[in-house]
Amino acid sequence: MRESPATVLSLEKVCVAFGGRPVLSDISFDVGAGEFLCVVGPSGCGKTTLIRLLAGLLAPSAGEILFQGRRLAGTGRDRAIVFQDYSKALLPWRTVAGNIALSLEACGIADPERSERIGALLAKMRLEHAAAQFPSQLSGGMQQRVQIARCLAQQPTLLLMDEPFGALDAITRQELQDEIARLVAENRTTVVFITHDLEEAIYLGDRVIVLGTNPGRIAEMIAVEIPRPREQLETREDRRFLAHRHRLFGLLQGHRA
Amino acid sequence: MRRILRGALLPALVFLLWEAGSRAGLLPMDTFSRPSDIATALAGGFADGSIPLATWQTIQAALSGFAVAAAAGVLVGAILGLSPPLERTVGPSIEALRPIPAVALTPLTLLLFGFGLRMEAGIVAFACVWPILLVTVAAVRGIEPRLLEVAQTLRLGFASRLRKIILPAALGRIVVGLRVAVSISLIVAVTVEIVMNPRGLGYGMIIAQQSLKPDLMYAQLLWLGLLGWGLNALLTRAFGQWHGSFGPGVQP
Repeated sequence: MRESPATVLSLEKVCVAFGGRPVLSDISFDVGAGEFLCVVGPSGCGKTTLIRLLAGLLAPSAGEILFQGRRLAGTGRDRAIVFQDYSKALLPWRTVAGNIALSLEACGIADPERSERIGALLAKMRLEHAAAQFPSQLSGGMQQRVQIARCLAQQPTLLLMDEPFGALDAITRQELQDEIARLVAENRTTVVFITHDLEEAIYLGDRVIVLGTNPGRIAEMIAVEIPRPREQLETREDRRFLAHRHRLFGLLQGHRA
Repeated sequence: MRRILRGALLPALVFLLWEAGSRAGLLPMDTFSRPSDIATALAGGFADGSIPLATWQTIQAALSGFAVAAAAGVLVGAILGLSPPLERTVGPSIEALRPIPAVALTPLTLLLFGFGLRMEAGIVAFACVWPILLVTVAAVRGIEPRLLEVAQTLRLGFASRLRKIILPAALGRIVVGLRVAVSISLIVAVTVEIVMNPRGLGYGMIIAQQSLKPDLMYAQLLWLGLLGWGLNALLTRAFGQWHGSFGPGVQP
């Protein structure tokens, strides 16, 4: 096992079974500090199970997860998770600012600093005009911005994202892709990003893991060596991008058959 | 205002017919006092302070019993709602206690507390705690699991989880239980006063009836109805915003 100081997260032969049925089998990979790792796979391959493992909402049946050199046990405020179903993950009785405040309250950050940090996050996520609104008054894209802001508020070492843009329209999705890429680069946050969208995975990731089904296992791991910042048009037309897309597309097709 | 007037139309008509029937000699005076006499008795009861005092005693017992029941019911209900194994352990005992008619506890509470506020409030609390408890268990169980996971990933302690996530999320449904319990609290308080406890409006009505003052008895009955209506309206108003969807101006 390679355990350099730059490794934030390390999975060693991790298996998960629900009632004897294996869901994830023999998953091993490392994530370096500041790395953007995308996990892509067909539905039912255990993507969400994997992210719940990393969040500490679920314990592995076998194997070991090391987070910053320590065995991962339970949830922690140094890991934040952005859920796909933003409307269920936000507190409907709190305003946008109030929802972001929840993280800071949990971290024990009191008011002069709390308001400052909420203000900074609202500006960063372009939510200033919505600060006093309730989630039900916002569009899906805006609601997901609020959830991302709440997660960034806890200044996590590791940001986990479970198909965060899966329910959004194409234009909003591209906007948020670029924003999240910029934000995590600024903060040097390590990200594990789950998606079923192959192009999204290549566009965002430093590396892409492809999961196969029955049971979920690592089918392929590729490094995306396309320089940043990436551009929606140019990057997606880049020769290397297309090559990755062809290769991974074939892999995903193969696993479906 | 228009709606209130419209709603008052039928009672006004009934009182009018009642008064007319009584004056025409169609209704026996010893059982059906005239509305005009009832109004006089009500005014008299307010003037000599007996009705305000009795009202205070009844409300005090009803609301203090209700408050104890609300606090206990919501807290225990939330804990049981969060922990199905605990609910399975305690549930059968709850189901065994719940069918006991609260008023049947009158002799027991009399032994424990003697006559007075504590005995009455205790019985009220016993009667009110069950609907609140059961509704809270169901409400907490119905909370969006994602919200509990958010609390878990933020590592909120039990107290802040309860205060910041569970209670606000369940409050809309808990209020339904509280409203049912408020009506029960008044019913039970008055019943205990009629049966046993020498205080409040229930006792006042018994005394009025036994001293052959049906007008005073009617006056207090009428007043009790208004009181119950007012209590319910107050509670609906206090939590009304939680009933509908969340919108501007709602803060936990």
